[in-house]
Amino acid sequence: MYCQNCKERPAAVHITKIVNGEKSELKLCQECAAKVQGETFNWEPHFSLNNLLSSLFEEADSTVSFAPRAGKQQERCNTCGLTYNHFRQTGKLGCNDCYQTFKSQLSPVIRRIHGSDDHTGKIPQRSGETLQVKKKIEQLKGTLKELVQQEEFEKAAKARDEIKQLEEKM
Amino acid sequence: MAFKEVIKRIRSRWMEGAGAQSDVVISSRVRLARNIQGIPFPHLISKEDADKVIQKMEKAIKAIGEKDLPSLTVTSLSELDALQKQILVEKHLISPLLLEKDQKAAVALTDEEEISVMINEEDHLRIQCILPALQLHEAWQIANQLDDDLEKQLDFGFDDKFGYVTACPTNAGTGMRASVMLHLPGLIMTKRAGRVLPALSKVGLVVRGLYGEGTEALGNLFQISNQITMGRSEEEVISNLAGVTQKIVDHEREARTVLKKELGIHLEDKLWRSYGTLRYARLIKTETALSLLSQVRLGVDMNIIKGLDPRVMTELMVMMQPGCLQYIMGQEMDAGMRDVYRARLLRERLKIDNT
Ligand SMILES: [Zn+2]
Ligand SMILES: [Zn+2]
Repeated sequence: MYCQNCKERPAAVHITKIVNGEKSELKLCQECAAKVQGETFNWEPHFSLNNLLSSLFEEADSTVSFAPRAGKQQERCNTCGLTYNHFRQTGKLGCNDCYQTFKSQLSPVIRRIHGSDDHTGKIPQRSGETLQVKKKIEQLKGTLKELVQQEEFEKAAKARDEIKQLEEKM
Repeated sequence: MAFKEVIKRIRSRWMEGAGAQSDVVISSRVRLARNIQGIPFPHLISKEDADKVIQKMEKAIKAIGEKDLPSLTVTSLSELDALQKQILVEKHLISPLLLEKDQKAAVALTDEEEISVMINEEDHLRIQCILPALQLHEAWQIANQLDDDLEKQLDFGFDDKFGYVTACPTNAGTGMRASVMLHLPGLIMTKRAGRVLPALSKVGLVVRGLYGEGTEALGNLFQISNQITMGRSEEEVISNLAGVTQKIVDHEREARTVLKKELGIHLEDKLWRSYGTLRYARLIKTETALSLLSQVRLGVDMNIIKGLDPRVMTELMVMMQPGCLQYIMGQEMDAGMRDVYRARLLRERLKIDNT
């Protein structure tokens, strides 16, 4: 049994890796094993999400057949200059605005990974101010509907005023 | 008391903890990725912009002062020597990736190191809170508070649809990664880990083991973290992880009871022999030390080995690594020498206190 890395020296060390509960084994020689492990143990070995990402993009590219494909690879973010192609290769976006530039390509991929492409968590006070108002209005509209059903007309009127006020603010 | 004082100087709060479920859960960590509007992400950043991010962060920290949280001190990586940087990595306060960013990177730390912020790693800011034992909610509260405080000073990139923007779109949304470090010798020895751990991926969690030689996951240590950052709130993710962790803790304790019942004196013998090796060895490699330390820790947590502080075991896990070891011994060493001094550190720190 030879080392799976250099294929020169006999394998002396078995390295077991458990990712997602799945075990994979590597049989390496002493030298290669030392390189892989070191003495400093690391929780985040360079496992690459990029590979996963690029395969997902290939899938997305091939399924979105109605999208105009020509020129897509050269599509470029006006703010930072990053091209879609470059993003595909590195798995990394360049700046805030890339999220708007590449929105249509990002959505399906993020949905595949997370099961959703809509953020429902924390909203920052300042950069998310308008969004916060929007969400508050949505929430109030729901309350209003319930109040009307329960014939709580006084409270409903109050909610309606509040919605109006918020909408003016936007 | 050899080495105790010098270790104290580089110990972080997360290593010191007793606390809820500390017989199984070693530490809890919450990380938030944030970026500043109008500046390219770190992989495209110029030196000038990188410095700008560091300066903005320094200014923000000054403006926040010491209100609700202990204050942070910003240090450029270029101000640290190689050993200091390595020690920070070994204590899980910064990542190896931050080291690669070298001149462009900085780190902000509190005195007790329960909060650290990596500056210009993959994102402009990676806010991290790491606490001992099972304290996910507490860690989230602290990270969240710091995020609130910083947000009053800095314009964080936020997209109405995608949430917090991050260099890698797989982190967008909450930008939050929460994790626990677990010690699971019972599940491994009873061969139940294969039944319990794979199910976690179905609830959006990832399990990682340490790389090990020959045996299974090194030191029976596992890290469990959330995969999902979009479409769920931070609280939901934290509660899910905390709930699952509690279930794993229950499984682990049950497995330990089974071991005790079925192996009896054979278990005691095995754990005490591991102690004996650590207590008297003159040469020891990291892998061996980690797996023996796991056995001793199990013995302590099961009340088979008495008179040892379980916290010392967590501390030793960190301190036996090359950077910390060289710091403690006050000298540079090659790998061979480190095996000698590692054995010496373990011998000293594992003396049972009979007084
Ligand atoms: Zn080899
Ligand atoms: Zn861009």
